[in-house]
Order: sequence, then C-alpha cells, then structure tokens
Amino acid sequence: MLLLLAVVIGVLYGSAVYLLLRRNIFKLILGLIFLGHATNLLLFVASGLTSGYPAFIRFVTGESESMADPLPQALILTAIVIGLGVTAFALVLVYRFYSVTKTVDLDELSENE
Amino acid sequence: MLVLPIILPLLFMVLLIFTRRWLFFQQLFSLLSAVVLTVVSALLLTEVAKEGIMTIQLGAWPAPYGITLVADLLSAIMLITTSFVAVVVMVYSPGFIDNERQTAGYYPLVFGLLMGVNGAFLTGDIFNMYVWYEVMLTSSFVLIALGGSAEQLRGSVKYVTISFVASIFFVSAIGILYGQAGTLNMADLANKMRTWENMPYINGALMLFFVAFSVKAALFPFFFWLPASYHTPPVPITALFAGTLTKVGIYTMFRFYSLFVVQDVMFWKIFLLVIAGLTMSVGVLMAASQFDIRKILSFHIISQVGYMVMGLAIFTTNALAAAIYFTVHNMLSKTNTFLAGGLVFQRLGSYDLKYLGGLYKVAPFLALIFFIPAMSLAGIPPLPGFFGKLFLIKGGFEAGEYLITAVAIAVGFFTLFSMIKIWNEAYFKKTPEDAQKAQPVNRSAIAATTLLAAAVILLGLFAGPVMELSHQAAMQLKDPYHYINAILKQTSP
Repeated sequence: MLLLLAVVIGVLYGSAVYLLLRRNIFKLILGLIFLGHATNLLLFVASGLTSGYPAFIRFVTGESESMADPLPQALILTAIVIGLGVTAFALVLVYRFYSVTKTVDLDELSENE
Repeated sequence: MLVLPIILPLLFMVLLIFTRRWLFFQQLFSLLSAVVLTVVSALLLTEVAKEGIMTIQLGAWPAPYGITLVADLLSAIMLITTSFVAVVVMVYSPGFIDNERQTAGYYPLVFGLLMGVNGAFLTGDIFNMYVWYEVMLTSSFVLIALGGSAEQLRGSVKYVTISFVASIFFVSAIGILYGQAGTLNMADLANKMRTWENMPYINGALMLFFVAFSVKAALFPFFFWLPASYHTPPVPITALFAGTLTKVGIYTMFRFYSLFVVQDVMFWKIFLLVIAGLTMSVGVLMAASQFDIRKILSFHIISQVGYMVMGLAIFTTNALAAAIYFTVHNMLSKTNTFLAGGLVFQRLGSYDLKYLGGLYKVAPFLALIFFIPAMSLAGIPPLPGFFGKLFLIKGGFEAGEYLITAVAIAVGFFTLFSMIKIWNEAYFKKTPEDAQKAQPVNRSAIAATTLLAAAVILLGLFAGPVMELSHQAAMQLKDPYHYINAILKQTSP
C-alpha cells in the first residue's frame, strides 16, 4: 500500500510539474490542482498508514491501541478545503484573463508586447 | 487579550461585507477599526514588555495538543507596526482608490488580510500558521486582482501561481515534520528536536519551509514574481503588501530559525548569509535599471529583505536586535515611499520617470514627504534606516562576518543611488514637455503620507528606546527556551 501510494504521489507530482510548464493557462490550473492533491496524499503517507482501523478509539471493545491517527486526516481535510477555495478563485481569475485578453497563451503574461 | 488582534479584524470584516455599498460608512469605520487595532496592539506590547511572553490555549486544550497563541516581544512589535501601517493606508485609500473598487469590497478584504497577518504573528502551531498564511494570501489574491484591469490580471496570475506553489511546499514540510515528531506545536517540536538525538528528515523539512517563506519574503532565487506583480494594483494596496505581507515571511523565518535550526547550524548560517548577500545585491542592481517608480521601489523591497536575513543569519543578540529594528523601519519607510509615489502619480498622472519632473518646484511639500523615507531607506542619519544599518553592520563586525558586512555597506551606496535617481528625475529635473498637466492631489492622501513620514522621523529620534525593546525581543529569540518554557511549563500540572 505504501509503495503504491508513493508511486501515485510521484506520478501526481510529475504530471503537475509537466502541466505547470505548459503554455496553456488552463493546464496551469490543472497543474495546481494536481500539485495540491499530491501534497495531501504526501501528508497522509508521511504521518504513517494504519490499515483497517478507524480514526477514533473503540470504547466498546476497549482496543485503544488500534486506531489510525486522526490528526493528519483533519489536516488534509483543512488543506482540501483551502485548496478548493484557491482553485475556485484561480478558475475565475483565468476566466477573466481569457475574457480580457482573448487568449489562453501564457506568453500573454509578459508586459512588453 | 491575545485573541483580540485576530477576532477584531474578523468582526470588522463581516460588518464591512454587509455594508459595502455605503461608501462613507466604510471609509470611516475602517479607519476607526484600524485605530482600535493599533490601540489593542499597543496594550499588548506594553503587557508583553512588562509580564514576559503571553500564551493562551484555545479551547482550553493543554499545550502540545490544542492550538496555542503566543505573543513574545517580536510578535507584539510586528503587530503594532502592522496595525499602524493599516491606519495610514486607511487614511490614504479614500482619496486614491476609485469608488468602484472601494465599494467592490476593498475594505473587508483589507481586514481579511490583517486577520491573516495578525494570526501568523501570534500562532504557536505550525499548521495553524499555514491556515493564517492562506487567510492572508486569499485576501491578497482578491486585493491584487480587484478591479480586473488587464495589467492587474497578468500580475495576479503570476502571483496566485507562485503563492500556491509556495503553500504546497509549506504543507509538505508540515506533513514530514509531523510524521517525524508527532506534534504540531512549535514549542513542543522545538523541544523534541533538542531532546531527541538526530531526528531524521529535519533538514529536508526545513529546506521546504525555507523555500515557502523565501517565496513570500522575496528572497534571492524566488523573488521574480514580486516586481512582476506588485506594481499592478493601485498604490495603497501595493503599499499595504510591501509593509505587511512580505514581512510576514521574514517574521516566520526568524521564528523558525530560532526554534528549529538545531542540526547543521553552520550549514544554515552560511547558507542564509549567502542568500542574504545575493538578495541584497541582486535586488539593488536590478532596481538601478528601472524607470518606473513602483518597479524601483519593488526591487528595493527585495534588497532590504536581504538586510533582515543578514541579521538573522549572524544570530548574535546585537545583530538580531538590529534586524528587528530594521524590519520596523522598513515596514514604515517602504510603505511611505510607495504612498509618496502614489502622490506623484496623482499630481502628474504617471509613474514613469521619463514623463515626470519639476515636482520640487510646484509641490515642495510632496517632495519633502518622499525625501524623508527615501533617505531613511538609503541610510542617511538621523533617520531610522541609518541606525538600522549601523547596528547591523556593527553586529556583523562584532561577529567577524566581514564579507557580508562589506556587501551590506556597498548595497547601501547603491540604494542611495536609486533613491537619488527618483529624486532627480521626478522632483528636480525640468518638467518634460510631453508631461501631463498637474492635477490637484487629495488632501487625506497627503495627510496619511505626512503622518507616516512623521512616524519615520520619530522612529529615528527615539532610536534608543526602540532599539532597547528590539534588544529584549532579540534576547527572547536568541534563547528559544524562553519561548518553549512559556508554553510547555504552564500546562504541566
């Protein structure tokens, strides 16, 4: 599981960087989204995987030893929400950029045309 | 008391959102709110200076588990400077920003930004720090794009992208540190790093942190976004960003360096010294080739940040104290030069030095309120920039770091060159023939700039007491056990 997740994270980071380096501004946004997801997974993996147990203590059985760490999940949840907000803003920004400049080419960003 | 600098901007922001069509109310209320914030920060500063480090455990969860808010002297000093800059910008804005932008939510956004900045200054938890960074960044994204002119949109796309990538570095570092230490509380983390031998992956995480903060503070290899985006929004917004936003990166770097750099101290010291030297010299050299007032000033933000990092890298009490004093001076003077640049624009309708001139003759007072902060940035006595640089250079010599000190002195000369260039072109030379006709300048904008210039002079005149305060702040920073004990001791029963 760990290996699989590590590969997934690597692929996500790789595709994110590839997309960020494209000239199309929409792909830039996709790249940012991928980057965010890769990092959320990294957070999850870096703080240790516990398989098969919920993120709380089962008081019924008293198995306090076997629980997944809830904190990284809370952190990821927060990071996802923040990422959602920023992505939404970025999409609107890109749409405005498109309606003003009528192009999706990032080269339009340079000021001396 | 400690939560007020965060809660108050939130309340003000909510109120301002619902009243955003009433222009006059917005202007007046934001000004009053900024004043209230300054008073609260001043009270906090006096209390911290008297009682020592203040902490509060949010939700009454004991220290390493809940979120802690901490105010030591450094936080308190940064808080009061930020609030004061906000007051000045609030006086300046009504006469400068067009009504459309003002009613589109400019004022609530400013308070959103202040909430994020104050939160970042006060928090004692690394993930909470990330959240405050995002609060601050999201407000700044909207502020920089507010109005939606083509130039602003170009700047915002760059700014949003680079900030997002920096935040990603920040979160990854938090994840890795949490995986190692199992805690997010800054004091607890620092304590564990000191007691556990050779915790792995710390330097990797610290390097990720360094990248994240140096993007925010515009340090050497990560500064290109700043001059490409900061000059696009109206001047009060740029001034607010220059005075508060970039300095949050510096504050966090101070905090993290003092708490977390325990392994490979020599490496980090040399690394930061090299970065500081390059930041100073590259910033000042690139400024020399610019002809837009806002761009020259933007590049100077970069070079001045280098001085602060230099003080941090030397890490003696004297150098740290000088760096803190320099940061305060820079927040005031930098904002002041931007605001004075805005006045030039209002008067002559351009930021381009080629189309400016003769302001000294037609508006000597405008010239004066640019001259004061500009000379302060260049380091002319008795203005605060001189004392800041003097103590930094003294600290450098005492610590035996001659190379960086020499660079700092040389950069000082180039700064003077740039400031004199603006002075000569915009104020002294004859008005060029194709220049626009002079326009009247808004009174409240002049009043705001004058207020800030007066504050700069006062900071120079009272350099002794302020330096004494920075010295105490530096002592707290130098020995992280002050900070660690203040948080961890009180919770042990």
